[in-house]
Amino acid sequence: MTDLIDRLAGVTPGSAVDALRRHRPATRDNAQASYDALFTAIDETHASLAERAAVAQFVSILHDDEVAAAHYAALARDAGGDALVDATTDLAASVRTTGPYGAYPAGPLTAEDRDGLRLGVAADDPARTVLGTRLTAALEHAHLLVFRPRESSPGALGALAAAGWSTDGIVTLSQLVSFLAFQLRVAAGLRLLDTEDAA
Amino acid sequence: MTDQTITDQAVDDAVVAHPEASTPDRFTQDELGWTPWLEPADEAGLTERQYEGLVDRARAKSDYFRLLARDPDILRARTLTDKDIFYNAKDGLPRAERELAAAATSRFNGCIFCASVHARFATHHSKRHDDVQRLLDEGTGGEQDAAWRAVIDAAVALAATPPRLERRHLDALREVGLDEQAVSDVIHSAAFFNWANRLMLSLGEPTPPAA
Repeated sequence: MTDLIDRLAGVTPGSAVDALRRHRPATRDNAQASYDALFTAIDETHASLAERAAVAQFVSILHDDEVAAAHYAALARDAGGDALVDATTDLAASVRTTGPYGAYPAGPLTAEDRDGLRLGVAADDPARTVLGTRLTAALEHAHLLVFRPRESSPGALGALAAAGWSTDGIVTLSQLVSFLAFQLRVAAGLRLLDTEDAA
Repeated sequence: MTDQTITDQAVDDAVVAHPEASTPDRFTQDELGWTPWLEPADEAGLTERQYEGLVDRARAKSDYFRLLARDPDILRARTLTDKDIFYNAKDGLPRAERELAAAATSRFNGCIFCASVHARFATHHSKRHDDVQRLLDEGTGGEQDAAWRAVIDAAVALAATPPRLERRHLDALREVGLDEQAVSDVIHSAAFFNWANRLMLSLGEPTPPAA
């Protein structure tokens, strides 16, 4: 049976890449179990499915992964509706860039500091009406985690708490964005391996 | 009491800053500590499901893992993914090069804590302390032999957002003798640290080595 990474990477049953994945069953099964723990078998008390799916859609677009973006957009549409998906798409499209960048603690690494976009959705941005306070803060945090993780701070977590995220919810959100950074890269790498397989 | 006061109090209760702490300002192979910015789950109150999330019960002593135990199911799946990618090394990519991919990814993303752990592991398995130290001191572009160059370049290309891994990176891995399973292992080892780096960087900070 195919799993989500197979579908994202275009791995077909019986292909060489399928065999490579099946040679590492614990990795294969637990990558899928990670997805299920975040998106399928979930307790929505601290983070709703609509919030999770919209963040995942946003992160997928920032990674330029159209297949994953379509998958998570479909999930977000089911859980939150068209307006949510459209607002997420529009915001993501306007804040795509290349990373990682950001500042290190002051010292010898300061020479490697690199400036870049810091997402802050304006108070009067109409997207806030659709996304709401919690999800707007989550997308701002997701942008930080995707592009400039080395600039993370207690203040960034404080912004999530102020927007209504519980400590449990912040842990789940952090896992979700970080897991996506893994899942999308495995898919990107296997897609490349699989393309060669077919050539 | 205004709404803003309530909000500020909620933030003060949730987030633990350490303004007095001096955080390491450079990459090192020394043993660093790590301190969380959010309150970990209380060890005395851990449920069986949280212990299952920890996988190894001894991890209940770690602030990092008890913080992640607030969402036990994803912690368990993450931990089992991690263990297989790095420790199931009876074939495919050798342990040293898996750790090298982890260290290079951490160096590129800027995770001083993760880089310290996995640089140490890379040194342990490869016995190439100076090459590992050069990766930390000079960065991912520092001089390395062809095999390590290929692993580091693939890890860096994959760590970029959006990823910029290309066919030539995979060909370079094959040219230094890696089989297809080992190439897949490079992809997984490097990809995993894009997960690990973001948790360690965003939920707390490294602390200096014990004096």
